Amino acid sequence: MSTDQIGKKGDILLEMKDVVIDGFSDDRWHEIIKKVDLTVKRGEVVGIIGESGAGKSTLGKAAMGFAQPGCRLTSGSIIFNGQELINQPEKEKRKIWGSKIAYVAQSAAASFNPAHRLLDQTTESGIRHGLMSKLEAEADAIDLYKAMQLPEAETIGFRYPHQVSGGQLQRAMTAMAMTSRPELIIFDEPTTALDVTTQVEVLASMRDAVARFNTAAIYITHDLAVVAQMADRIKVLRYGETMEEAETSKMLKNPSHPYTKSLWSVRSIEKKATTSNDKILEIKNVSAAYGKHLNVLHDINISVPRGKTVALVGESGSGKSTIARVITGLLPANQGEVLFNSDPLPNALSGRSTKQLQKIQMIYQSADTAMNPRHTVGEIIGRPLEFYLGLKEKEKEARVIELLEMIELDESFFDRLPSELSGGQKQRICIARALAAEPELIICDEVTSALDQIVQEGILKLLLKLQQDLDITYIFITHDIATVRAISDEIVVMLDGKVVEQGMKDEIFSPPHPDYTELLLSSVPEMDPEWLTNLLKKRGKK
Amino acid sequence: MTKKTNTYSASAEVGSIRQRRTRWERMWLNLKKAPPTAIFGMIVITFYAFVSIFAPLLAPFGEADSQFSAYLGFGDIHLLGTDQIGRDILSRLIYGARNTIGIALITTLVSFAIGMSLGLIAAINRSYIDQLLSRGVDVLMAIPSLIFALMLLSIFGASTISLICIMAVLDSTRVFRLTRAVSMNVVVMDYVEAATLRGEKIGWIMRREILPNILPPLVAEFGLRFCFVFLAIAALSFLGVGIQPPTADWGTMVRETANLIQFAKYDLMRAMVPLIPAACIALLTVSVNFVVDWFLHKTSGIRDEH
Repeated sequence: MSTDQIGKKGDILLEMKDVVIDGFSDDRWHEIIKKVDLTVKRGEVVGIIGESGAGKSTLGKAAMGFAQPGCRLTSGSIIFNGQELINQPEKEKRKIWGSKIAYVAQSAAASFNPAHRLLDQTTESGIRHGLMSKLEAEADAIDLYKAMQLPEAETIGFRYPHQVSGGQLQRAMTAMAMTSRPELIIFDEPTTALDVTTQVEVLASMRDAVARFNTAAIYITHDLAVVAQMADRIKVLRYGETMEEAETSKMLKNPSHPYTKSLWSVRSIEKKATTSNDKILEIKNVSAAYGKHLNVLHDINISVPRGKTVALVGESGSGKSTIARVITGLLPANQGEVLFNSDPLPNALSGRSTKQLQKIQMIYQSADTAMNPRHTVGEIIGRPLEFYLGLKEKEKEARVIELLEMIELDESFFDRLPSELSGGQKQRICIARALAAEPELIICDEVTSALDQIVQEGILKLLLKLQQDLDITYIFITHDIATVRAISDEIVVMLDGKVVEQGMKDEIFSPPHPDYTELLLSSVPEMDPEWLTNLLKKRGKK
Repeated sequence: MTKKTNTYSASAEVGSIRQRRTRWERMWLNLKKAPPTAIFGMIVITFYAFVSIFAPLLAPFGEADSQFSAYLGFGDIHLLGTDQIGRDILSRLIYGARNTIGIALITTLVSFAIGMSLGLIAAINRSYIDQLLSRGVDVLMAIPSLIFALMLLSIFGASTISLICIMAVLDSTRVFRLTRAVSMNVVVMDYVEAATLRGEKIGWIMRREILPNILPPLVAEFGLRFCFVFLAIAALSFLGVGIQPPTADWGTMVRETANLIQFAKYDLMRAMVPLIPAACIALLTVSVNFVVDWFLHKTSGIRDEH
């Protein structure tokens, strides 16, 4: 055991060497982390980025000497503060967990116990480790809430998890991790589930807290721009191997590994915005409500030009998806009308003809639940062909293979089940299913938000190509401004079920903006390590 | 397959895809990994099925052949002796397998056909139809089913057809509830919504979108319900309102030879005779449960810790 006194900044705090971690699937052990080294110095923030499945979280948890169920730490060494964690009995490691190393999970909502007040949960680890009395811990927790810039710091602790917002909960969780003044905090995608506007606040307060208590941190994320704000050093992980590791500024300026470069180029899609006077869809004065409650959409007017992409932007709860449900007829509007090719569409789904249904198709956010897990790819894509176009047997099969080629896959996928596809491939199959119907309008509901950046780029490029080739119109629902910038022609900004602003892409992106658009646009992280600092300065001035 | 490319392409993404196997290979793999209890169960069930199908070929004497002396003991000609009116017990046991299992199987199938289709309709529709069906089922379930069955059988007469119909309707209530409950989880999935948006009819959504996804718990339930129906029919036959003589079935056979038990003091072997059909019932029930247990374990996603 080394010294227990607080070490100097710059001393090595955590050293992982040749760490190999195996995971169990398909009845055998696979290497999921292959000889990775990771060093964290005191007071330093190390960012780990990579796609999903790269082994980021597994590595992060291994830094605590913890292997999640179904995984095992096979070999290598993990030395924290001079103490070897591998092969350490659980009892010993428990003394460190929560007191010296803390963990902040992605979904705060799922990590808090809904039956206890925030304060009790925040103070729990400090009290359990015998670091302080209940009173001290509570006073300290309130200080921490203040440090995390939570509103009403004195009383917010008496609320239950469901009584605060997602962003506040994530900050409370960071406060909880801070209670015992750990030497190392592991942030595992802490802002991924939050809206951009909330993300800024959470990032700022986490960064402050880490700096104030001189805590070392490992920050795991798939978002480059976010990690650029937080980390001193970035490690790029892929297939459980280190691709590249460098200081943040250096890595951002000139990434050396080709894989890292490809990550950088993701937001490179450019599209010239154009419009046309031929309107394919017009939404006129539409209001809608779930059940007999208050309206969730208020007097919406949107028109969609043929062959173009209209992006619906807004935070979660702004009514974006509800518009999609009104257009498709799943939620009949209680007021106003929807014109498709200048003909009014019947409000309810049951009143629409097969022809009308065929012309409007939908692609869902989660391709996992959008495809029947018991149907093969051939059946999934083949059904609309059979249903709308009456294709049979040979013809149908030939057309399915044609569609598979259009989405850059091949006929070897024909007999596969959805469970045998990757996330990006699943979404491609969903696109093919929509295309099979030969639609004029496709509604894309957050189609890329569940995917990794590189995969996102592939999907977006595919959608653009299909639009050029087939003259399809898209309504693109998203909260991701980078996506909007990449593919839209026109933008509709929404807040609380109302349209804040609508117009051509260039108009919306160039000032002056209404307040909300300004807030939304400025909250999108940029690939500049100084971005957050500058933004906070600017906002502070106002 | 794990070729690493630095630019993204969809087909290069296949790296982590697992090995493809045909359905038969997968089934064989699963079968090889089955626990001994399940294998035992499967062997017994296969044996029972074999015996029921080939009963006329296997049985040494006819089903109602009563030309022999009554109450013969175990012997060379009559392996398990004869009953109170001189019928060969082994032959009746073999025919009994056919009748009891056959009727129980048909009853279970009918009850599943009723319960599943109504359950699916209730889950998809969710309107007053769901309310009507669910409350109706509640009423049926509130009455103890054996007593209800006895009452109905005495009203409609104890024929095989009415036995099947009555047991099937009473049993379909449980199937209805299960189907409705598991379909509820599937109905809310996006792919069902996608099918609705496509304009699919309710029949297609039921058959193709929902049914394949709720099948595992239903198959398991089928095994369990089959046991219950089987036991209920045996019980009804024992009470004299089930399968009618001279048709051989195990419940009736227990009743007919039951009085032999009182002679256990004098001849233990002979007193065992009524226990033989009872043991046949017990063995089949246990075997089916073994197999169902294994199947449930496999499909419910419960995994042993490695």
